[in-house]
Amino acid sequence: MSTIATEGFHTAVPVIHRVPLARITKVELRKMLDTRSGFWLLASIAITALLATGAVILWAPNAELTYSTFVSAIGFPMAVLLPLVAILSVTSEWSQRSGLTTFTLIPHRHRIITAKLISSVIVGVVSVLLAFAIGALGNLLNAALTSAPLVWDVSQTDFWYFLLGSVLGLLIGFMLGILIRASSGAIAAYFVYSFLLPTIFLVLANNQTWFKDLQPWVDVTYAQGFLFTFDGALTGEQWANIAVTGVIWLVLPLAVGLGFVTRAEVK
Amino acid sequence: MITVEGVTRKYGHFTAVDDVSFTAREGRVTGFLGPNGAGKSTTMRVMVGLTRATAGAVTISGRHYVDLPNPGLEVGVLLDASAQHAGRTGREILTIAQQFMGLPPRRVEEMLDTVSLTPTEASRRVRNYSLGMRQRLGIATALIGDPEVLILDEPANGLDPAGIRWMRDLLRSYADRGGTVLLSSHLLHEIEVIADDIVMIGNGRIVSQGTKTELLHATGTVVRAADLHALQRALNKLGITGTLSQDGALRTDADPTLVGKVALEAGVALTELRTADAGLEDMFLELTATTQREGALA
Repeated sequence: MSTIATEGFHTAVPVIHRVPLARITKVELRKMLDTRSGFWLLASIAITALLATGAVILWAPNAELTYSTFVSAIGFPMAVLLPLVAILSVTSEWSQRSGLTTFTLIPHRHRIITAKLISSVIVGVVSVLLAFAIGALGNLLNAALTSAPLVWDVSQTDFWYFLLGSVLGLLIGFMLGILIRASSGAIAAYFVYSFLLPTIFLVLANNQTWFKDLQPWVDVTYAQGFLFTFDGALTGEQWANIAVTGVIWLVLPLAVGLGFVTRAEVK
Repeated sequence: MITVEGVTRKYGHFTAVDDVSFTAREGRVTGFLGPNGAGKSTTMRVMVGLTRATAGAVTISGRHYVDLPNPGLEVGVLLDASAQHAGRTGREILTIAQQFMGLPPRRVEEMLDTVSLTPTEASRRVRNYSLGMRQRLGIATALIGDPEVLILDEPANGLDPAGIRWMRDLLRSYADRGGTVLLSSHLLHEIEVIADDIVMIGNGRIVSQGTKTELLHATGTVVRAADLHALQRALNKLGITGTLSQDGALRTDADPTLVGKVALEAGVALTELRTADAGLEDMFLELTATTQREGALA
């Protein structure tokens, strides 16, 4: 057991600088990968992308074997997994209680939250790029294997829409993590958000005519779905749908959650 | 130096910490002693900004904790050794602290060595750690930035006797270098052997504070004599009162030297004369008798 140095502290260091946000973000990115669960969650994004590509080549009808089919197939599991990445990045500080150290080393909670937001978005953007890359490889491979023509039916606009949609989905997970601050609760809430509510809205829209016109203004999953259609530019009304549902289901609860997070006791 | 000024923390109608003020000075180990649920941990969380004080404030070398630009380099904190992501390895947890603080990577291995975690242990995930190993890792996290102030909540919990001895030496050497050490414990013996100053808390209020020497000598003298009643009369003439205990000794608040002189002048032969250093245990039980859960023990 060695002892610590006998003379003085690093008071020789004249100025201690504030921890830069870039460094906090780097550490938060590292924390998303340094546990088995975190690593496999991110790895599963790549794995499901490969599986989805294989499935498209094997089973999709020839007429639909285009680039957009590949990207859509890859994007579906990714849209489920990315919000989970964002949720766990936030909730593990409470569920695993590591926040006791994190919020002591960086005593400004909004800085940690900002770093987690940035690192989650980085993961989202990288995953989307990966989806397009794997989709492109799948498209090329398919053309080489079969005699089917090579169709690149994804415009730049489609790409940006897809990216925006993926990041918005991830932000919903992030918001639920902030609002609920417990892994199991936040994940349960996420499934209510992205599967139960859309189903209820769908049933409602099919059976109640008054709701059919209202749905795009209420159903966030429906509105954000416009971003994944690979069907050219959105109309102004569609943008308004995305904005209104985004405020109701994302911005408002996020604001409430941020209020709790900055005030709540960390135990 | 840690200055706690009038800190109060209320949860609804329950007051967990009630107007607590004390100072932990440089070059000294300050023991924060109290039974479970006395408010030690809440006070410590208030110090580092994890819990908001309802009233009062804590400053560390004159500054609020949240105003420290890189707190890990100035204040080493261990609040709960078990509060770590169970899926991270010990080395990874230290690496995260090292990176947050912007320290050179070699500090991680240095600290593992300091707290005697072997490379194999450091590569294991914390879920497989014993409480003692978690404490060592927590102490390493607190020490890695070489801070001048240490705030440690129950750091001896779960350590084996050799580990407790090691930690005592470590904290002693830290204080001897001029550092400020504040550690809490509900174990009297720990505080008694390690601390220079003692702050005792019960039911959220400070019940006693001072140097260990002061607190120990505050208990007075125990004396036995051939003719105890003659001695008691002689003491009473000088206005010194004492109480006779059942085992035939006289207890008084006066200094042993004075009691000895009085006995000499009165011509009473003494059979025993000593400082009534009942130890902190009696005092602890006495002072917290009204607040602790096992009230009958006192």
